[in-house]
Amino acid sequence: MILSLVHKWIGDTGHLFVIISFVTALASSWAYYNAYRKANTIEASSALKYARILFAIHGLAVFGIVVTLFSIIYNNYFEYHYAWSHSSRHLPVHYMISSFWEGQEGSFLLWIFWHVVTAMFIMGKGGEWEAPVMTVFSVVQAFLTSMVLGVVLPGIELKLGSSPFMLLRDVIDDPTFISNPNFVPEDGRGLNPLLQNIWMVIHPPTLFFGFALTLVPFSFMISGLWTRKYKEWVKPALPWTLLAAGVLGVGILMGAYWAYETLNFGGYWNWDPVENAVYIPWLFLVASYHVMIVFTRSKSGLMASMIMVLSMYTLILYSTFLTRSGVLGESSVHSFTDLGLSGQLLIYLLFFFIGGVALLIYHGRRIPSSQKDVETYSGEFWVFIGALILILMGIQVLLPTSIPVYNKIVEFFGGISTAAAPSDPAEYSKYQIWFAILLTITSGIAQYFWWKNIKKGKALASFVPSIILTMVLVLIILQIGFTYSDFRLIIMLIAGVFSLLANGQILIELLRKKPVLSGGAITHIGVAFMVIGILYSTGFSNVVSENTSGLVINKNMTTQENRENLVLWFDETSKMAEYDLNYLGRHVKLDENGEYVRISDVLPTDDPYKVVASRDIYNEENELIAGKADTFSLNPENTYYKIRHVRGDEIIDMYPRVQDNPDMGKVVSPDLLHTFTRDFYTYATVIPPSDDELKWVAGDTMVISVGEEFFINDYVTTLKEVVKLDAEELEFRGLNKNDLALKAAFEIKSQSLTHYVEPLIVIRDDMGASLEDELIELGIKVQFLGVDPNTEKFKFIPYTTQKDFVVIKSIEKPWINLLWLGTIILAVGFGISTYRRFKESAKKAA
Amino acid sequence: MKKQYIFILVIVAAVVAFIFATSFDAGSYVTFNEAKELADNGSEKQYHVVGELKKDASGEVIGIHPSPDKLSFSFTLVDDNKEERQVFYNEPMPQDFMKSEKVVVVGSFRQNVFVADQILMKCPSKYQEENLNPNAQL
Repeated sequence: MILSLVHKWIGDTGHLFVIISFVTALASSWAYYNAYRKANTIEASSALKYARILFAIHGLAVFGIVVTLFSIIYNNYFEYHYAWSHSSRHLPVHYMISSFWEGQEGSFLLWIFWHVVTAMFIMGKGGEWEAPVMTVFSVVQAFLTSMVLGVVLPGIELKLGSSPFMLLRDVIDDPTFISNPNFVPEDGRGLNPLLQNIWMVIHPPTLFFGFALTLVPFSFMISGLWTRKYKEWVKPALPWTLLAAGVLGVGILMGAYWAYETLNFGGYWNWDPVENAVYIPWLFLVASYHVMIVFTRSKSGLMASMIMVLSMYTLILYSTFLTRSGVLGESSVHSFTDLGLSGQLLIYLLFFFIGGVALLIYHGRRIPSSQKDVETYSGEFWVFIGALILILMGIQVLLPTSIPVYNKIVEFFGGISTAAAPSDPAEYSKYQIWFAILLTITSGIAQYFWWKNIKKGKALASFVPSIILTMVLVLIILQIGFTYSDFRLIIMLIAGVFSLLANGQILIELLRKKPVLSGGAITHIGVAFMVIGILYSTGFSNVVSENTSGLVINKNMTTQENRENLVLWFDETSKMAEYDLNYLGRHVKLDENGEYVRISDVLPTDDPYKVVASRDIYNEENELIAGKADTFSLNPENTYYKIRHVRGDEIIDMYPRVQDNPDMGKVVSPDLLHTFTRDFYTYATVIPPSDDELKWVAGDTMVISVGEEFFINDYVTTLKEVVKLDAEELEFRGLNKNDLALKAAFEIKSQSLTHYVEPLIVIRDDMGASLEDELIELGIKVQFLGVDPNTEKFKFIPYTTQKDFVVIKSIEKPWINLLWLGTIILAVGFGISTYRRFKESAKKAA
Repeated sequence: MKKQYIFILVIVAAVVAFIFATSFDAGSYVTFNEAKELADNGSEKQYHVVGELKKDASGEVIGIHPSPDKLSFSFTLVDDNKEERQVFYNEPMPQDFMKSEKVVVVGSFRQNVFVADQILMKCPSKYQEENLNPNAQL
């Protein structure tokens, strides 16, 4: 056993940083509070400076924690539980970022880190708001850093937080550690294969940045109440609210795109409780923004803005509680494992919720309210309606998602509840679709009223052009690209087209006059495109992999499942929609050039993560992608099933993947074929038995000479040559340089491919051994027995087994690109509006 | 009446309606017997059944039958009434399935097999039952 070193100092350093960050967070809450109280006294500047220094130390400590934890992962210090359970030696560096946040502790750190980044801007530009806002920030940081504290309070034996710097030997009870406390595992358990995706590297950081940004409007609102600047907080909080909504929205959609690309449930959104947990506060965040802009324009809606911001932040904390406390354990596949932090999380939630409500009630009487009622023919009224729809949308999802929480409460009081959250996504969609329709229409109407001075009684007249145009366009679309299936889809189409036209008209007018104001119209156009994209890709999603053979694939599957799965035999053409499909074999993906090569063209090495090319490998364009004897690295868990799609001159290859992970078993991921008008979404539903489970049947011994043609498993096979291996080939085949080795090179032809099978005879120290070679795809294996002394021909034993196949399911998703296009337009719109609001708020401050 | 009161009324009314709808849509936890009866009586709804994997005397999980390609499997689940049933799942075995303390299957009976569309697991918290992977040792 190698003597391994436990790098104890680095964990101690990290833990020290955690303690410093917690203590300084507490200290700076007090210091900032003090700075606020002394704001207009002679001590003002020194009190503020003191608070800033404390928070700066806090920030540095947080950076220190992040750097330390990342170093532990990066340097493969598997003596630490966090590195051991989330990373492994072969993980590329960009996926180590995912390892960092995969555990609860790391994702808390991400959130804490973004708070510090956001706080730097508040400290720089906050002016008179800095002290009160930073007080709230510091309190939140104290709560969050306590989650990673990992300290047991003496006396009451209460564990506070869970530290990411725990040594493996302190976490796991394993006899190995008794005999050898300094034992360090050779490798970690690795990152969940589903998370090894580029979107999963950036999705959580984006999401947590959004989470962190929501603290800004909340802190401004609390500060506004507590410092009695009831109206003034709205203006500086406005751009931050919008930025938070934009970042969080983009973060959510990245997650949706990841799910679409990686998970095989066939879509991008599944109404899983974890998805709902962030969707709900996002809706409330967008609603808050809209109520706040109404207030800045009309002076009504101040109380509503405060209630909205408080509800929004409470929901952020509630979603944290849902996903991290283990309460969803029985209703979500994605929630974190319980770290025993539920109590702490609940206190965190209740502290801000009860504190916020108490402040609102206490100051309620003094909060100015507008005596004027909102006019029906005003933009403000319609923006309120929009916010109302957003709130209702959120509440509709919130209620069923919270069922596990009701059950816990009922159980707490000794009752029994058998309710379960709906498991069918349609239970959510059937309501959400109507809200989405109303919302899209409202966004069009509201834009008109907001930017145009529409007089009472003339409202209808100003909509007539858009309504007529909508009807004309919808009728055209219905004629050319719409098969009637559900009346709701037609209403959705009308809503989407109307919103596009109404917002488009406003956009053109604004671009002529003042482009900086165009953000809202652009964002709403993005939403309209998304609605139309969702309508088409989901409403007309169509299984194209129809089993027309009449054969039952699996008797346990339903008739529908048997009908919707297609068996593809290796190198035989089948029809799917207007494509000819051909399964062209098992492939691996080379890290060096990202190229897919056939498993039969590479040889394993001593290192499972490295292979060597057994011959020159060319791609379709006849470019050399791997030279003989070149070594490449890859992830040995992945097998890609190459599916060729041919339609006329168009040839597209798809590579759905099956990952065989020692801890997780087999993990299936789809491959996507993007075309302008639609996506094909294909994944393997049944794969043939793996190598070691195949049953080979030996054939009669063959005696053949070079150049002879014959059949194995019904394939034309030629013995091309028998050669002595040169030094280079001996080496890359893992043989000794003094060995004498003979290689028999067979060439086998199937419908469209040429294959090579190369069994060997190796003579080492007068001992002979026969190394067989196989081609799983054709079900052929050949053993080289030697030279027949009488005829000087060569002797072989052929083995055969069943031919390779793969069963796929392929789904067509028309116009899904409109959804992603809408997402991009939405993000651009948010960007423009945020820029405008930050500029306005800076002007105001100056 | 001021419009803001109408807004509040709309929210209150909608919440009441949603609670009503939720109680109607929500699934429910049942035992195998109840799920079988409901399916026999023609119900096509999905039900949640909670149970534990069948174990032998030494605590080893038994009754698991993966399909030859490992992309689907069936297993024996013992519900809270100690009733054993075969469950089929048309997906690969989920991570940590064998280690789970409790399993929730969501689905319905087709003849005598419970076909699960979803499997949810309650796994022991990370400080309890983790083992060093013996392969990872030197």
